[in-house]
Amino acid sequence: MINIALPKGRLGEKVYALFEKAGYECPSIKENNRKLIFENEEKAVRYFWVKPSDVSIYVERGAADIGICGKDILTEYTPDVYELLDMKTGICRMAVAAKKDFYDDGQHTLKVATKFVNCAKAYYTAKGRDIDIIKLNGSIEIAPILGLSDVIVDIVETGTTLKENDLEVKEEIFSISARLIANKASFKFKTEAVETLVAKVKELL
Amino acid sequence: MSDAILKKEEKVAFALRALYQQYGYLSYKMSKFEEYDLYVENKDFLVGEGVITFNDTNGKLLALKPDVTLSIIKNDGDEAGKRKVCYNENVYRISEKTKQFKEIMQVGLECIGDIGVYDVFETLYLAMSSLAAISPSFVLDVSHLGVVSSVLEEIGLGEKFAKELMRKIGEKNLHETGELCDKYGVSEENKQRLLTIVGTYGAPEKVIKTLSKVCTSGKAKQALTRLQTLCDLLKTTEFADNIRIDFSVVNDMNYYNDIVFKGFIDGIGEGVLSGGRYDKMLSRMGRKSGGIGFAVYVDLLEGFGEEKSVGVDTLVLYDEATPIEKIAQTTRTLVAEGKRVKAQQTTAGARFKNLVDLTGGVR
Repeated sequence: MINIALPKGRLGEKVYALFEKAGYECPSIKENNRKLIFENEEKAVRYFWVKPSDVSIYVERGAADIGICGKDILTEYTPDVYELLDMKTGICRMAVAAKKDFYDDGQHTLKVATKFVNCAKAYYTAKGRDIDIIKLNGSIEIAPILGLSDVIVDIVETGTTLKENDLEVKEEIFSISARLIANKASFKFKTEAVETLVAKVKELL
Repeated sequence: MSDAILKKEEKVAFALRALYQQYGYLSYKMSKFEEYDLYVENKDFLVGEGVITFNDTNGKLLALKPDVTLSIIKNDGDEAGKRKVCYNENVYRISEKTKQFKEIMQVGLECIGDIGVYDVFETLYLAMSSLAAISPSFVLDVSHLGVVSSVLEEIGLGEKFAKELMRKIGEKNLHETGELCDKYGVSEENKQRLLTIVGTYGAPEKVIKTLSKVCTSGKAKQALTRLQTLCDLLKTTEFADNIRIDFSVVNDMNYYNDIVFKGFIDGIGEGVLSGGRYDKMLSRMGRKSGGIGFAVYVDLLEGFGEEKSVGVDTLVLYDEATPIEKIAQTTRTLVAEGKRVKAQQTTAGARFKNLVDLTGGVR
């Protein structure tokens, strides 16, 4: 039995469709109810929905054998897991954005609002720039508008939200896509099953 | 006394100590505190976790011991012969992620001195015996840092590339290894070599056969040959099927060289055993001898393979009317039968299998 942690939401549904096509279907998952865990004994898979940022925790601790997780989360929390496949979906980028007329003259401490504290820290440390990090949990775009921060470090997909709020991408930090991750210990004991699954999914990408 | 009283981690700790002593490892007891300087000088050795510090009465900065190996090495001179010690100690660290203080119970061994092939074999054999004492379903991943480091040396791209690549190897991250090679302008041939190293793991014969195609000369070939010698030796033991070669076992190359290994138990989500050869660390401390050792993280075994606790076997229920002698006698008789007994005046909140009701006096 392979335990698979899927991120709740659009990405998770897209990935499940892919798994289904690869021959790991679990019909009960489509029933509209409040269940969180779905099992298909015949295909030896068990799916469960968790908050996207928690997928890596379930996998690292071995509650899930594999999971689907964005590269943003993996870079931010660096869980001790195997990263076996780039799913080439959920594509976006981590970027620095600010008001259109903002220009960093480098003379003051740069105020950075972000959900991704470690990513922002690593990026500016590498540049040697002195920053003040403001950790926010959502609606990051509002920070520069209200003068809470100079810039934001956040995920940008289409850039529509930025544009509508008169913001723009100033620098790109790294590109993001969904990755298939695996627990290191359980991979030792389910090697073949996981390898087969990865190979079948890879063929469909 | 029945064996069932001991918890899994206690049983394992006892079994391992007995095993190590049979192989001539002497038990080593050390102080809980250590001067902080020792860890500052070797901070990378303690992979990413913080040290709990405090001042002694003279204002000197001390640390609650975060690691056993460093303390053992520090106290050891460059004596002739070999020093073999085993330990069973608690170490203390600050978790990188949650910032909580953690107490970790470690059982392990160190062999320091002139290390030969037999010593490496014996250490790996004892590592596998240790895992077998926990569960028959285990795997020992073995890697040789020399294979990776000499291929890296041949490519010659410096420390930054090496560090990034080691992370990718640790993650079995094929797609990003390729991207990294392209970013640094690694030749197609060398890129394929690195991809082979990342993507090859499993039974020794299979891995060595594949790897021999990319480690064709120099130090890489030597390292692979050494790995093969060891695996051939290990194949003669009862654990032949439990050994895997896997280069995703990556320990810091500033301290470790040669063989490194990690042990996994089916049903435990993290590696329970970790070890390797650390000649490089010894030479950093100005010493000529070699060293190899491992630790078993016994605290990870908590609750592993145990049935859920059901409380006590028998609850002896009594009240004001029950003569004290009767309670004492009943309890002692049951204890003598090997039962776990609890005597109290109410069943509220108690978990038990059987009930002996002595309420209302002797009937």
